[in-house]
Amino acid sequence: MRKPKIIGFFDSKKVARLANLPLTSEEEEKYSEQLSKILDYIEQLNKVDTKDVEPTFNVSGQANVMRKDTMDVCLPQEDALSNAPQKKNAVPARLAAKRAVRQGFFVTKGVFKV
Amino acid sequence: MDITGLTLAETLKALKNKEFSLEELNKAYFVRIDKYNTELNAYLNINRGNSKIPAAIKDVISTRGIPTTAASKILEGFIPPYDATVIGKLTEQGIGVIGKTNCDEFAMGSSGENSAFGPTKNPWDLNKVPGGSSSGSAAAVSADLCVFALGSDTGGSIRQPASLCGIVGLKPTYGRVSRYGLMAMASSLDQIGPITKSVEDATLVLDWISGSDGYDSNVSKKFTYSEDKLKSGVKGLKVGVPKEYFAVPAGRQGGGLDPKIKKVIEEAIKKLEELGAEIVEVSLPHSKYALAAYYIIVPSEVSSNMARYDGIRFGLGRENIGAEVKRRIMLGTFALSSGYYDEYYTKAARIRTLVKQDFEKAFDPSTGSGVDVIVGPVSPTTAWNIGEKIDDPLTMYLQDVYTISANLAGIPGLSVPCGFAHAPDGAGLLPVGLQILGKQWDEETILRVGYAYEQSTDWRKEKPSLSSRTCPP
Amino acid sequence: MDSRSSSLSDLGVDDLRGNDERVDRIMNKYEPVIGLEVHVELNTKSKMFCRCSADYFGKEPNTHTCPVCLGLPGALPYINEQAINDCIKIGLALNCKISKISLFERKNYFYPDLPKGYQISQYRWPLCVNGWINVEGKDGEEVKIRINRAHQEEDTGKLTHKGADTLIDFNRSGVPLVEIVTEPDFRDVAEIRDYAKKLQQLFRYLGVSNADMERGDMRLEANVSVRPEGTEGLPNYRVELKNINSFRFMVAAVEYEIKRQTEAHDAGEKLSLETRGWDEDKKCTYLQRSKEEAHDYRYFPEPDLREIRIDTSDVEKLQVQLPELPRVKGNRFEEKYSLSKQQAVILTESRQLAAFFEEAVKDGKDHGLEAKTVANYIINRKINIKEVLPAQVVIEIRDRGMGVIEDLGELEKMAKEAVEENPRVVEDYQKGKKTAIQALIGSVMKKSQGKAEPEKIKKILERLLK
Repeated sequence: MRKPKIIGFFDSKKVARLANLPLTSEEEEKYSEQLSKILDYIEQLNKVDTKDVEPTFNVSGQANVMRKDTMDVCLPQEDALSNAPQKKNAVPARLAAKRAVRQGFFVTKGVFKV
Repeated sequence: MDITGLTLAETLKALKNKEFSLEELNKAYFVRIDKYNTELNAYLNINRGNSKIPAAIKDVISTRGIPTTAASKILEGFIPPYDATVIGKLTEQGIGVIGKTNCDEFAMGSSGENSAFGPTKNPWDLNKVPGGSSSGSAAAVSADLCVFALGSDTGGSIRQPASLCGIVGLKPTYGRVSRYGLMAMASSLDQIGPITKSVEDATLVLDWISGSDGYDSNVSKKFTYSEDKLKSGVKGLKVGVPKEYFAVPAGRQGGGLDPKIKKVIEEAIKKLEELGAEIVEVSLPHSKYALAAYYIIVPSEVSSNMARYDGIRFGLGRENIGAEVKRRIMLGTFALSSGYYDEYYTKAARIRTLVKQDFEKAFDPSTGSGVDVIVGPVSPTTAWNIGEKIDDPLTMYLQDVYTISANLAGIPGLSVPCGFAHAPDGAGLLPVGLQILGKQWDEETILRVGYAYEQSTDWRKEKPSLSSRTCPP
Repeated sequence: MDSRSSSLSDLGVDDLRGNDERVDRIMNKYEPVIGLEVHVELNTKSKMFCRCSADYFGKEPNTHTCPVCLGLPGALPYINEQAINDCIKIGLALNCKISKISLFERKNYFYPDLPKGYQISQYRWPLCVNGWINVEGKDGEEVKIRINRAHQEEDTGKLTHKGADTLIDFNRSGVPLVEIVTEPDFRDVAEIRDYAKKLQQLFRYLGVSNADMERGDMRLEANVSVRPEGTEGLPNYRVELKNINSFRFMVAAVEYEIKRQTEAHDAGEKLSLETRGWDEDKKCTYLQRSKEEAHDYRYFPEPDLREIRIDTSDVEKLQVQLPELPRVKGNRFEEKYSLSKQQAVILTESRQLAAFFEEAVKDGKDHGLEAKTVANYIINRKINIKEVLPAQVVIEIRDRGMGVIEDLGELEKMAKEAVEENPRVVEDYQKGKKTAIQALIGSVMKKSQGKAEPEKIKKILERLLK
């Protein structure tokens, strides 16, 4: 952790954006403080020499856990959509010809390709 | 007959002998739930239609058709279209879900106070926390509101509430029980495990819920219950006591092993010696770094696991995530971010290797003392007052100092009641748990030691007062 | 074309020619430095990490999903072995080295078509590395393109924009993808065309994908930069061309970018890391994202999946499963059947056609037919191998009498006849409609009962009609 400890090196705003978390400015300040304190505590890891130590990312000790290419029954569309807060519902028959809206989709407010 | 005071094993026997019916069993539990749950707030959701042997399930485990909220506002009203593997396995054994229990939001916390639906209370003293994050499950078992419960343990969330509530809690070896259906917190540490009234119960449930399912790539070996092995005693076993665990100075704000707890644990260890075990001092030199490593690795995995909660396919918007969860997401996002990944995440993963190696050395006869199990405290304090520690997250994190190493190393851990100690504020006696850690895949030995200890004492016969004043036993 | 000719004369030919010269001059000062990323969808039965059917095209929305590919709380991935094998086969066919240890990692970013908020992909430990493929350059020369890596990942859901809303279908979410990344070795659009063609052929040969670009089975992204000609180092910027859904548009975008960047360099402008798309209406590229907003994907090893360990015997097992690949097969055809390179290339376009040809040759031998005869017949008659059997083709050839008319005199006679018999067609041709010659060729083919070679006929006709 050789990065210089400038004041507020924990940039709450930037991290919150990366984490897709809407924070109020109060929260931003509170978290900056709390998390900087936690990061201070974590600094002690620097005391340990881990130069020749392999990182452990998982402890279950297995390899090549794979399955055969077989299919299983999928969720019915109804179940898949069952918890969606907003979905396009079936258009009444008389309007169907005018609007090409189909049921079965999840809906979110417009996003444009980035 | 005190139906609700029976253990799982006793209940199964009684049902077999037709001493009462499943209907009567459920009725008896519903009576108690109706009497005590409002106060305790152990259950978030009660399944009145249950007709099988009633188990309480932590609300981070998916139950088809039954609301599952992870005690978070973001999942209020969420009804999973599928069952977790463990639920299917319990159903096969004739077990039903009597209710979903309260917990810290998304299993993040050590007190139950991070629930969006109010904290659960400790049945031994309603002013105190039951521990967390499996707060509701522990309270439900302790107060006889179910036959047994399932919890989840990422850094002590089964063992610590079990210890603070005077019951048994088991964290299996990582990879023993499928996590399919468990709302993930830290994928490389989480395990589902039993919270029960007795060690034998825990052994039975572990047998039922363990083993591969073709859905969790990390699961391999099933555990098989053997009455002979469970009841074979501790003669000839080597019990390790880590010197680092007792060296933490007492009284320091936010840390330190309460000397009253130290005394209770030492007496428990003496008991094991009386029973025929050999007590050996061991060293786990990297213990003091384990917590720091834990609080990098866990938030990192959390930050990624929480990304799916975007309010599109289910749930509400991300502003509905609670403070502790938000904190960990922030910390984790930071630790994984460009420029910091090596310094934080990879560094912590290297420390994890060292912590794991500490245990391996202690258990290995050729390199260490070759102990069979390692014992010590579960929690540095007994249950504390609701609201006492909630302002400083770091203070809360330090409660996990004895339990997190087992999750980092992937080894199994059991908490068994081993006595009582006066609360720090002097008010009454509160439960203390003895932690028993074992080699990877060796739940058998820790359960064996736990059983022998349990049967040689009467702690399990104590029941909580369910009042605001703790009565001395 | 015609409208430009008239404006030429309006503006004064000299001015425009001056412009062309200027462009030519600066185009020669700079050379393109282009790398390509191809994503190919595998045709496994089930998805990459769950057992949903991977055959999602044209299905009702959200009917091929499960907790895993929907990203529901508690769901976990489980690797499809077939997909891994397919990826390794692709790597072997591209002369890659197969890694001994390979890990999946999480690529974290937020987008509505990404249900988990991360894509399970590979980063530091890809399955295949350091391969190469030869492609044909603009002058027919062979160009070696180095393959940096071929790795495994999962596809996202599909977004459709309807007014102020975006509709999401997760049927495609979780379908296995292989991503192939080249080094920036491309210098010309012709090389890119051939690369895409060869890759598509490779995937079909291996049987791992339909590689149909219209259906989205195969997608292309380009990284384009330019540098002064003759220099060696990589430019300090590049422009990513993304989200361009047709190969034709991608090529247009690349050509446009080369020109735009060349002019910018020459004007002394500084170019930076950008992502651009293609505007088909305005026929230009446009900025989508600049460096400042570049993603920080926070890659870390996927804790829900175990590492993949591949030893030499695993690789060997897959190596022997590879079919004879196009180039090798083509060379063999040239030698074994005395075919021209061109004929060999046509007949090895697909495994099915090549097999059909060899079957017909085998059968034809019994009837005294030469391989060359069979080749010509199949090529010239554009035999639809789905509708006939090799044996039938052999019978047809035999019935029409054997062989090919080589005698130029005879061919010329038939050509002259065709010209005389089709004055209108001849008139069209001489007026400038060059495609009219096909009708004349067709007439000669009929006269010769298919025994003439169209290329030869064409040359004769062109000479006659000059």
